[in-house]
Amino acid sequence: MPETAEVRERLEALYREESGRVLATLIRLLGDFDLAEDAVHDAFAAALERWPRDGIPDNPRAWLVSAGRFKAIDTLRRRARFDAAQEHLADELEGRMESANPDGGVEDDHLRLIFTCCHPALSPEARVALTLREVCGLTTEEIARAFLVSPPALAQRIVRAKARIRDERIPYQVPSSDELPRRLGTVLQVVYLVFNEGYSASSGDSLTRPDLSAEAIRLGRVLVALLPDPEVLGLLALMLLQESRRAARTSPDGELVTLENQDRSLWDRALIAEGLALVDRAMQSPSPGVYTLQATIAAVHARANMAEETDWPQIVALYTELLRISPSPVVELNRAVAIAMAERPEAGLAVIDRILERGELRNYHLLHAARADLHRRLGSFEAARAAYEIALGLTRQETERRYLEKRRQELKA
Amino acid sequence: MKYICLGYIAEGKFESMPEAERNAAIDACFTYDDELRAKGHFAGGHGLQGPRTAATLRWENDGVVVTDGPYAETKEQLGGILILEARDLNHAIQIMSKHPGVKMGPFEIRPAADLDGMIRESEERRA
Repeated sequence: MPETAEVRERLEALYREESGRVLATLIRLLGDFDLAEDAVHDAFAAALERWPRDGIPDNPRAWLVSAGRFKAIDTLRRRARFDAAQEHLADELEGRMESANPDGGVEDDHLRLIFTCCHPALSPEARVALTLREVCGLTTEEIARAFLVSPPALAQRIVRAKARIRDERIPYQVPSSDELPRRLGTVLQVVYLVFNEGYSASSGDSLTRPDLSAEAIRLGRVLVALLPDPEVLGLLALMLLQESRRAARTSPDGELVTLENQDRSLWDRALIAEGLALVDRAMQSPSPGVYTLQATIAAVHARANMAEETDWPQIVALYTELLRISPSPVVELNRAVAIAMAERPEAGLAVIDRILERGELRNYHLLHAARADLHRRLGSFEAARAAYEIALGLTRQETERRYLEKRRQELKA
Repeated sequence: MKYICLGYIAEGKFESMPEAERNAAIDACFTYDDELRAKGHFAGGHGLQGPRTAATLRWENDGVVVTDGPYAETKEQLGGILILEARDLNHAIQIMSKHPGVKMGPFEIRPAADLDGMIRESEERRA
């Protein structure tokens, strides 16, 4: 028989890996988010009690689902002593259980849960919080810490989101094929928001929060297995290729290192290989989407062994296509930087100045940082200094601020 | 993770309820507490006697002053505490939202503070 400590360790791993799936199936079987969540906890508690005695079952997930639904019926029966309506509900559930195959459509259940947590009726912040808690199994406190909000505020966001799902009767289902592209868009957006918050934290004193990136990549892998749409592959590829550069992005003393100056021997080759293979698959789509195009750009960088070997004209072409399918001033800015590298700094500067003349991105620190850098390359130090100063006034991120400050100081030398 | 749930109730509210209603409320609360015990969520707790039974100690002018009555005179007074074992704050909220006691007065849920670091440092200072 397994030791209790061994069971506890196994259950902790199972919680991380499977609680989302167990919950997903129980929501379908029980038709109630809260009751299902309660049942998941009861099932894990029952496992901790039973497995040291009976051994770890061959199919732990099926065991947990089965234990969860019996626990839920128990709960309703107990409540029925004070609320007769619950008795009826328990009977109905018991009847429904007999006909439902608990293990059938587990993959669909998992997708149902993901689509429900990322439903467009919820605010983007609520989608992120709900997905991390219900699908990824993070605690309210962990999510609050990662996003630098207070736990009670985050808890309220989750309570409201769940109430909304209940009150608006958001159906627990995978969207139909005509709705799928739009609905998939909000799911991918949630995953990418989580990744980005982990990859380039928008505030705080540390540049990255690796836990969130790892969580997003895990979710990306789950989605690829469940729904291998080209854009899903593209998003996972994009995250893997960006993640591959993590060790090279900061110096040992925690300072930011730009792509150009990174020690490329620090790039994670395994992640790059996996990312490149996914890019090739995603690019077979007749109309590559925004994540696939961004992943392809990341792939061009990943293929260059030295910064000088970067195929900038190819990157310009990819940004041009990205701008065509998804016009945005930020994409235009990135394209301007690529043009500066492919041609001359003046060409890039001209594009950036046109964005500014239209009145866009005036408060975006990265635009001013890019502008400063191009002026520096051209030797116009006065203009570079002025642009660094604007960028410095706009950034909220401590590491970025130190980087910009250092660059500005170097101009004086 | 442990959460301390402070249950508040307006003074006299309990006494003013008709007996049958009061008994039903008590039974519902205890039934729910049993459910929490059965599921391993109940990590301790106690009901409190009324605020008039309280003695409050305070340090004043280099000495302890004892007054009768609760620390603060407010309409709703602490009526009991429950120590809850829950996975996270939302789980605690979910569990306590179903507690019949919430119909009688508000619950304040606070995570237990982890004092291990503070204790260790203090032990080092005292060593």
